[in-house]
Amino acid sequence: MQQQIERHTISVMVDNEAGVLARVIGLFSGRGYNIESLTVAEVDAQRHFSRITIVTSGTPMIIEQIKNQLRRLVPVHRVSDLTIDGPSLERELILVKVNGTGEKRVESLRIADIFRARVVDSTIESFVFEMTGSTEKLNAFINLMQPLGLVEVSRTGVVAIARGSEAI
Amino acid sequence: MATEPITGADIVIRALVDQGVEVIFGYPGGAVLPLYDALFKQNQIRHILVRHEQAAVHAAEGYARSTGKVGVVLVTSGPGATNAVTGLTDALMDSVPVVCLTGQVPTHLIGNDAFQEADTTGITRPVTKHNYLVKSITDLSRVVHEAFHVARSGRPGPVVVDLPKDIQQAKHEYANHANQRHRSYNPQVKPDRALIERAVEMMAQAQRPLFYIGGGVVNSGPAASQMLTELVRLTGFPCTQTLMGLGAFPASDPLSLGMVGMHGMYESNHAMHDCDLMINIGARFDDRVTGRLTAFSPGSKKIHVDIDPSSINKNIHVDLAIVGDVGHVVEDMLRVWKARQAKPNGKALAGWWDQISKWRARECLRYRPSDEVIKPQYALQRLYDAVKGRDFYITTEVGQHQMWAAQFIKFEKPNHWLTSGGLGTMGYGLPAAIGVQIAHPEALVIDVAGEASILMNIQEMSTAAQYRLPVKIFIMNNRWMGMVRQWQELLHGGRYSESYSDALPDFVKLADAFGWTGLRATKPAEMDDIIKTMIETPGPVIVDVAVDEKENCFPMIPSGSAHNEMLLGPEDQRESPISEEGMVLV
Ligand SMILES: Cc1ncc(C[n+]2csc(CCOP(=O)(O)OP(=O)(O)O)c2C)c(N)n1
Ligand SMILES: [Mg+2]
Repeated sequence: MQQQIERHTISVMVDNEAGVLARVIGLFSGRGYNIESLTVAEVDAQRHFSRITIVTSGTPMIIEQIKNQLRRLVPVHRVSDLTIDGPSLERELILVKVNGTGEKRVESLRIADIFRARVVDSTIESFVFEMTGSTEKLNAFINLMQPLGLVEVSRTGVVAIARGSEAI
Repeated sequence: MATEPITGADIVIRALVDQGVEVIFGYPGGAVLPLYDALFKQNQIRHILVRHEQAAVHAAEGYARSTGKVGVVLVTSGPGATNAVTGLTDALMDSVPVVCLTGQVPTHLIGNDAFQEADTTGITRPVTKHNYLVKSITDLSRVVHEAFHVARSGRPGPVVVDLPKDIQQAKHEYANHANQRHRSYNPQVKPDRALIERAVEMMAQAQRPLFYIGGGVVNSGPAASQMLTELVRLTGFPCTQTLMGLGAFPASDPLSLGMVGMHGMYESNHAMHDCDLMINIGARFDDRVTGRLTAFSPGSKKIHVDIDPSSINKNIHVDLAIVGDVGHVVEDMLRVWKARQAKPNGKALAGWWDQISKWRARECLRYRPSDEVIKPQYALQRLYDAVKGRDFYITTEVGQHQMWAAQFIKFEKPNHWLTSGGLGTMGYGLPAAIGVQIAHPEALVIDVAGEASILMNIQEMSTAAQYRLPVKIFIMNNRWMGMVRQWQELLHGGRYSESYSDALPDFVKLADAFGWTGLRATKPAEMDDIIKTMIETPGPVIVDVAVDEKENCFPMIPSGSAHNEMLLGPEDQRESPISEEGMVLV
């Protein structure tokens, strides 16, 4: 059966306990699944819940496997596939360092303005821009900054949430 | 509930007792001395001292699989834990419930490369169902109880609890958490009713149906086997078993087609290929069963019953997936089948059985008998003849002898056949037999072994001697790593690279050295007497059977081939060389 490769964003609610991230990552590397991005942080201090957001890709059969394998892990409470469970939002945060003087420096500021990126650090010959947005938008910003003196990028990876009133 | 603070070691023992543990298999060391001290001071739990930690896990597996209870292991930190890794992996692959307690260096030394420190939870994470490092005495009793719940529920598996030495010595109150509901882990055991109705409908309409049953039926317990047997008989459908499922349906029943897969029966594999409805109950479409995936049972609809959703649609896409415990699912299927007064399609089924009879008539297990050399098949036939009717258990090592044992020894009940299926661990059989014998002191327990495999845990002869366990080792000594030699013959032009068992010990003398009885057979005519003596000799016995060195194991689906491309004997072998794609497969 030939199947298309699809990109999915999967949200995993886990007990925030030692080793839980290693379990999830080990599952992906051990079984040869892709990780395009992975973010994790505690989201409920009282109940010790962490939320892991994973962007992965594979055939529908593999994506189904990934979700079932994740559900099998003992500290996993919930797995939801934000790509197919309904409309959802995805955001990433990025910090971009651009070095330059003269015309290029001015141009970088102008583009940052268009993208609604903020200047969070500056010296006479550098800026650090901060920006949030979808992965595509951040990629576009990086591409434009490349010829203008981009020297360093740090990004968070995707966080995501379903639209509407339902909570997972 | 006790309120007096007791030591962590005592908490562990209390929890084990509350979990109904009667036996643990272990080996001491510095990081578990407090636990061994606690064991010394009590008399509810029996400790069996093995001679290698790998064997402790296999013995616990043998105990677990022959009783349905959780097997328990206790080993020290560092090398104790790393030695246990093969056993844990074996238990994971074959879904055997095991709780393995490992000692660890005290919490304040963790990460310091302390003496006998190993990152046990890190090392065992991919080879266990779950594992714990207990860092606080307040978690201890909950964690130990939880470990048992995780090991035995859902799809069973091994669980490691890593216990730093200071935690074993700290004091706290004990609380019995035996029946506590887990906050996240609660596997589904009851199936969706609507799916059962669909399944029964499909079964009633099928023209060429086939039950394909596996280890999940055994894991679900003897009642599941009984209900499944009733269901199969009610429908009159043929039933084939995986290596792990042998005994889950009585082998002597005319509806049984025997084992399926790489060395399975001709009729089973052809039925798999040609059926129009496959009812998979507790099996997992393992590559040893499916052969080439693209050619696997091309014309069938497939129903898959499994307690583990991740087993479903992993290798083979199925038409109807039922998640649940086999026992519950089969019970519901029976009820619905009866309530609907369902009838199989009698005419089509009769035609299907006609076809199956033709496949059966090929007599795929036939071999060329000999008066001069002992054919391995003959040795096992004679063994089976001598033990049938008795309360017998068979364990095996890994290789040709394992496959021949699966083909020639017939099981009427579950839990009596113990073999390393998923991992294929040489060295499994003897310690597993020890575990079985501990659980069933009166039973006849035989490890069908190869001369190479048996050397991998041969030290356990000492354990059997210490506890006066009357286990029997039946070595099919072909002086080769036979299965390796067979593949080299088929796939590598007969270049027998490193597969000769050179410098073998004299097994009869070895028996003597360990305080066992040693016997040897070299002629077919001696077989019956030797087997009789083996059975009648009290205490442990090793039998060295000199079998034909060059015999290959048939039937065989060469790797990369389909079910209807089986080799039945040496003649076929010469005709059909193995494909390039097949060469890369294991
Ligand atoms: C621990 C381990 N190492 C290697 C193998 C690969 N292997 C599979 S069968 C086999 C040969 C077994 O020889 P023997 O025990 O004499 O059995 P025979 O095939 O001759 O019956 C080997 C080396 C294995 N299964 N397990
Ligand atoms: Mg051999």
